[in-house]
Amino acid sequence: MKHFRSIDEAGPQAIRRLLDLADHMAEVNRRPNPKVPALRGKTVCNVFFEDSTRTRLSFETAAKRLSADTMNFAVSSSSVNKGESLRDTIETIAAMGVDAFVIRHKSSGVPWQVAQWTDASVINAGDGWHSHPTQALLDCYTIRTSLGRSESFEGLRIAIVGDIKHSRVARSDVRAFTMLGADVTLVAPRTLLPPVTDVPVVTTLDDIIEDLDVIYLLRMQHERMTESLVPSLREYTTRFGLTAERAARLPEHALIMHPGPMNRGVEMAVDPSELPGSVITQQVTNGIAVRMAVLFDLLGSGSNLEENE
Amino acid sequence: MNGILITGGTIIDQTGERRADVRIVDGTIDEVGEDLSAAEGERVLDASDCIVSPGFVDLHTHLREPGREEAETIETGSRAAAKGGYTCVVAMPNTDPTQDSVSVVEFVRRQGEAAGLCDVRPSGSITVGRQGRQLSPLAELADAGVHLFTDDGDGVQDPLLMRRALEYAADLGIVLAQHCEVRRLTEGAVMHEGRCCAELGLPGWPSIAEDLMVFRDIELVRLVGAPLHILHLSTARSVELVRAAKADGLPVTAEATPHHFSLTDELLAGYNALYKVNPPLRTMADVEAVRIGLADGTIDAIATDHAPHAPETKEQPLDQAPPGMLGLETALGVSLASLDMPIAAIVAALSWKPAAIAGVADRHGRPVAVSEPANLTVFDPAAEWQVVPAQLASKSRNTPFVGVPLEGRVKHTVLRGNPVVIDGKAQK
Repeated sequence: MKHFRSIDEAGPQAIRRLLDLADHMAEVNRRPNPKVPALRGKTVCNVFFEDSTRTRLSFETAAKRLSADTMNFAVSSSSVNKGESLRDTIETIAAMGVDAFVIRHKSSGVPWQVAQWTDASVINAGDGWHSHPTQALLDCYTIRTSLGRSESFEGLRIAIVGDIKHSRVARSDVRAFTMLGADVTLVAPRTLLPPVTDVPVVTTLDDIIEDLDVIYLLRMQHERMTESLVPSLREYTTRFGLTAERAARLPEHALIMHPGPMNRGVEMAVDPSELPGSVITQQVTNGIAVRMAVLFDLLGSGSNLEENE
Repeated sequence: MNGILITGGTIIDQTGERRADVRIVDGTIDEVGEDLSAAEGERVLDASDCIVSPGFVDLHTHLREPGREEAETIETGSRAAAKGGYTCVVAMPNTDPTQDSVSVVEFVRRQGEAAGLCDVRPSGSITVGRQGRQLSPLAELADAGVHLFTDDGDGVQDPLLMRRALEYAADLGIVLAQHCEVRRLTEGAVMHEGRCCAELGLPGWPSIAEDLMVFRDIELVRLVGAPLHILHLSTARSVELVRAAKADGLPVTAEATPHHFSLTDELLAGYNALYKVNPPLRTMADVEAVRIGLADGTIDAIATDHAPHAPETKEQPLDQAPPGMLGLETALGVSLASLDMPIAAIVAALSWKPAAIAGVADRHGRPVAVSEPANLTVFDPAAEWQVVPAQLASKSRNTPFVGVPLEGRVKHTVLRGNPVVIDGKAQK
C-alpha cells in the first residue's frame, strides 16, 4: 500500500491487516520502553492546515515510537500565510526528503491532490467532510478489543448519531463498520444527513437505543444552529443527546464512543466517566497503535518490528 | 483582396444540403455551384469530405480581457474560437472592470478587431459591476451595439430588479440572458448535489437552485413580455420548464453547453478541479434530458461557456478552485460525438440559431448563397481525434475532454472572406 487516504481505497484486506498489526503495536505500547527501531531513518512530516490536538499528537507519538524522524508544519507560522500555494508548499517540503506526509486540510480531496506532487506516501489525517480513515481504524480497533470481536463485526448493531452530513468521521466509520460486517444505522434529522445514504436512517434515537451494541456520538457544532440545521442545541439534546435516561436504556454491554472533542451538555448530556460502557479514552489510546500500524505498513521494509535494515 | 474558392464540399445551411463549391470575392460570396474552376490568383481551400456551413456563433465566451490576461486574452481566445469554427463570439461581461459601460465594451470590440480572428461582440452586464443592485446603462450600451445583457456567473437574484430589467429592456430591442442559480441554495457548493457529492464529502449544488430561477424568470417573462435567454441549462427539470414556456408561446430561448450534454458528476471522484464548473456536471438523466431538449428544439443553441483559468488556480483545493472549462476548440467534436441528431440540426444549434439570439444574424449564420457575407466554417464531420492540451490555441489548458474520443474537426474558417484557419492552423 502506497497511501492511506480512505477506507474504500484501502479495502477490506488492508483494513484487517492493519487491525491485526495494531495488536502488535499495542503490545509495544505496553512495554516499559515503548519504542522499536522499525522506521529508523524514515522521515514523517505532519502537515496540518487545520487545527488539531489529538490527531497531530497521536501521529507524532506513533512515528516516534517507531523511531521515525518527525517534522511538524504549522500553517500559522508558514509561508502559506505569505500566499504560497498548496502545491509549492508540498513540493518544497518534499524536496527536503520526506517519506510520508500526514495531511489534514479543511477541503475535501486535498490528499489526492497532494499525492500528484510528491513521491512520498500520503496519509489522510482528515480532509473536509470527506474522510478520516485512521479515526475509523481506531474506532474499529476499539470495538474489536472492547467487545472481543477479532474476526468480524457480523450482527453488531451500531448507531452513529448526529451531524452525519458534515462529518468525515461518520463517512469513514460507515464504510469501515459495514466493511467488517456490522449493521450501521444513522440517527439524525434530515438537515444533518447527506443527500444520499447507503445505510438505514432513523430519526428517533429512542426507537433503537435498547437494541444497540455501540452508540457513536458525533460532535454537534455550534454554528449548525445559525445555519438553521437545528432550531437549538437544547432541542438537539432533547432528541439526539445521550442523557442519563437514555444511557440507562442502553444494553449493559453497549459501548459509548465519541471522536472528540466533546460538547458536554449537548450530544454528551451525561458525564461519560459515570458510564461503564464509555470507551472514549481507550479510543485515544488506541489511536497511537493504529497509526503506528499505518506508518509501519506504508514505510516499513519488513515484517520485523524490532529490526531495521 | 484575392478571391477564395472552396471546393469539393457539401453545403449545409438553413436552406438545406447540397454539393457545391463556393467562390468568395471581397469578403462576399460571389458564386455557388458545382465544379467551379479556380480563377487566376484565387486561393483554393480543399473541402473534400467536408461540410461547408455558415460560421459558428458562440453565445457564451469568457475572453478574460480586461482583467485576467494571465488566463486568456481577446487575441488568444479569438484564435481558439477561429480554430473551433467560430466566426463570432459573444464576450461575457465578467471582466475587470465589468462590461457595464460604453468605454469597456468599446475596448473589447477594438481588441477583437485588432486580433482579426473572429467577430467579438461584447455583451453587457444587466447591473453595474454585476452587483445585482443597480441597472447598467442598458440604452447607452444598446446604442453602442450591445445586444445581449447578462450578469453571468451571478444571476440577478433580486426578483424586483429582474422584473425592472425586463421591463426596461422591453423597449430597447435587446435580450437579457440569465445564469439561473438561486445563490442562497448553493452557498459553498462545489458539485452537483447527489450520490457523488455525498460520497466525496463535498457541498452540493442542488438542481432545485437552477429550476427555481428558471421558473421565476419564465413567469416574469410571462408577466412582462420581454425576451429572455436562459444560459447553460443543466437539469432535466429546467429543460421541461423551458419546453412548457415555449409551448405557451413565451419569448424564451435557451442554450446548453457541450460539457452538460456529455459529462457527469462522477468525474469529480478524483478531486480534479478540471471538472468543476458552474452550473455543475450533473447526472446521466440530466445529460439525457439536455440531449433530448436539443433534439426537439427546446434548447435553441449549443454554447461553450468557454472559461479559461490559469493552471495554478485549478490546482487549489476543490472548494477554492474557480469553476469553468475550456470549450471553443472542442465544441464541434463533442457535439458530433455526443448528440444523436442530424448534422444539419447540430449546425443550426451552432450557427444560425445562436446568431439570431445574439442579434448578429445580419452578418453571421447566413445562408451560403451569392451576395451573402463570407463567414464560413468548413469541417470534416467524420474526423476522429483527441484533444492535446499543449496544442490548444487558448492560453489556458483547463479542458475536461482529455482522453474523450471526439468526432468532427474544423478544417477551415473564413472570416469576412479571410481564411483565418486553414487545415486546422490559425493563420495569424
